[in-house]
Amino acid sequence: MRRCTIMFLVMLFATFSAWASEPIKVASKNFNESYILGELAAQLLEQEGFVVERRFGLGGTLICYEALVSGEIDLYAEYTGTIEQAILKLSARATIEELNEHIAEKGIRLLDPFGFNNTYAIVVRREVAEKYALRNIGDLVEARDLKVVVSHEFLQREDGWPGLAAEYGLRARVVGMEHGLAYQALNDGEIDVTDAYSTDGELQRYDLTILEDDKGFFPEYFAAPLIREDLPRRAVIVLGKLAGLLDNARMQTMNSEVVFGKRSFADVANEFLVSKGLASDRRVVDTMWSNLLRNTLQHLKLTGIALAAAILVGVFASLAVFRNTALSRGLIYFSGLLQTVPSIALLALMIPFFGIGMYPAIVALFLYSLLPILRNTITALTTLDPTLIRVAIAMGLSNREQLRYVYLPLSLPSMLAGIRTAAVISIGTATLAAFIGAGGLGDPIVTGLALNDVGLILQGAVPAALLAIVTELVFELIERLVLPGHLRVEAAG
Amino acid sequence: MTNCVEFRGVDKSFGGGARKVLDGIELAFPEGITTAVVGESGSGKTTLLQLINAVLEPDAGEIRVFGASIPALHREKFRRRIGYSVQGAGLFPHLTNRNNVVLLARLEGWTAEEIEERYRALLTEMGLTADVSNRYPRELSGGQQQRVGLCRALMLRPALLLLDEPFSAVDPITRIGIYERFQAVQDHEGVSAVLVTHDMREAVRLAGNLVILREGKVLQHGPPQEVLDAPAHEYVEMLVKDHL
Repeated sequence: MRRCTIMFLVMLFATFSAWASEPIKVASKNFNESYILGELAAQLLEQEGFVVERRFGLGGTLICYEALVSGEIDLYAEYTGTIEQAILKLSARATIEELNEHIAEKGIRLLDPFGFNNTYAIVVRREVAEKYALRNIGDLVEARDLKVVVSHEFLQREDGWPGLAAEYGLRARVVGMEHGLAYQALNDGEIDVTDAYSTDGELQRYDLTILEDDKGFFPEYFAAPLIREDLPRRAVIVLGKLAGLLDNARMQTMNSEVVFGKRSFADVANEFLVSKGLASDRRVVDTMWSNLLRNTLQHLKLTGIALAAAILVGVFASLAVFRNTALSRGLIYFSGLLQTVPSIALLALMIPFFGIGMYPAIVALFLYSLLPILRNTITALTTLDPTLIRVAIAMGLSNREQLRYVYLPLSLPSMLAGIRTAAVISIGTATLAAFIGAGGLGDPIVTGLALNDVGLILQGAVPAALLAIVTELVFELIERLVLPGHLRVEAAG
Repeated sequence: MTNCVEFRGVDKSFGGGARKVLDGIELAFPEGITTAVVGESGSGKTTLLQLINAVLEPDAGEIRVFGASIPALHREKFRRRIGYSVQGAGLFPHLTNRNNVVLLARLEGWTAEEIEERYRALLTEMGLTADVSNRYPRELSGGQQQRVGLCRALMLRPALLLLDEPFSAVDPITRIGIYERFQAVQDHEGVSAVLVTHDMREAVRLAGNLVILREGKVLQHGPPQEVLDAPAHEYVEMLVKDHL
């Protein structure tokens, strides 16, 4: 009886700890609507007692999708049109059921949409709409003197202006313009008609009217949680509560609050959940300083682990090969080759092997740090004064003693300079690691880029620059302590 | 009298036999005195020296050191019984002068007292003061560096010293001082020496036995006076005339 009780307790404990230690990984892409939807899902799950890990700001559709399929993340918000066009590359329109049939074999599923449709829209100022009695896109045919300016991309795309004009019989003269400038130009009255995304926060701010796409020309971009099938059933039910809650106007408001109201994603998402009675008002206030500390520590962790591994591997590999000219050249050549891969591409290349998050970032940073360490160490070892080598052999030092008392100490200055270079490069490159969900000081930079928020960008960029400077100083100190004056290498690199 | 070094029919070439550097060398160096090997660059004199402490292997023939052939294994141990000093001293720049001198003794496991005693004695014998100890080699003059180099070579009380033109980078006045120090130490320690040099005057001054080497062959071999009185070859005669 007692044994049974103990066994029961052990099983209960095991079940509980497995459940507790397995956080649900919620991701988002790196634009603000995606962050807000990610926060909505994350906070709702937390409200229901789940442990959530946020992997926000991933660099694009394919990174998110691959991460979901490989199980690196458990869910993110995706758009029906994006799955149809960019992921599955279907030629015909598909319903959610049809999309789910296509992706079921990957072990993932699209839940019911949030409600809004973030598609292309044709917009005009409200007073223009009233003056010309514009309701549908087709009404533009009659309003010939309106000035139509659209984004360059929209002007080129087959599902943009050319297709739209053919569908509705529009004959207006059209010019291309940078999308970011179009809203301002519209507001200033310089132009009258432009293209937009139907949930842009600017639509409310500038009091714009969307013309009805009554012929259904634009594809539908309904946002919905895209989840892994192995997500706990209870979590799926919880996420289901979000279905149909957000219409276009509501999404516009939330986007606008983030872009123009300078409010945080978490704040905006929490307010919405509270208004719907889905959350109590007890949001975690993430202050700037605690964010800064967390990001800096994560940044140091990424670069520290990568650098330590690179020093270990770099120095040992150098010692192993330096007596062999061909091997030394080969190794330097190989690591030089790695250096020519652009950092963002190298990070992306790591995803198929290591998924997203810290691991691939550390591996990429490790590979980047390897070259300066290898090259400096091997060069130093192979260019030592031959007289000293001759003396070391002739006086009766064994191979190991030669390494320890002659080769290593004499290569140390150059080796340290290489490590210093590697450290500074790593700290800079690690800011890009946020694109693959590794966190660090790149996090506010990525988010800031999405929001066009310079302040937020600086919250990542300034500490990263300071970290690089401090690293330089620390290495200078190390060199002062370790090396006699005449052996110091002047500048790093 | 026994010999410290013997060459028996030694050949040595480089580049897979393409360049013959030593050709049928038959030599015996007496113990307790300095043998000077004189020759111009390319004569093979440095190769000859490197064969003695087994940094190089002969292609043919045998080298005996104190009557024994060179061991095939534990070469480090063998080399530590032979002191070695080169042109420019070859001191390790990252070690203080003292650490340069005592490195081997530390590796040999000498006690701190033994090391200190021997180190002090050598400094005095070479005419150096204790203030060089904690400085680095580059902070010393060329002559001082050379003396530190000799201290290092003598630290383990070797029975044989190999000297590869150790005095040639030092200015002539300083050189005379070092000669005297060196001769005094050699007498005191009773160490045999092989000196490689291109300087006939230096050879005659320091050596009790002379070897004239040219293009890998021994032209003449014997006590200095004998060589000076009766040069066996016109090259030797030229050396004697031009350099003395």
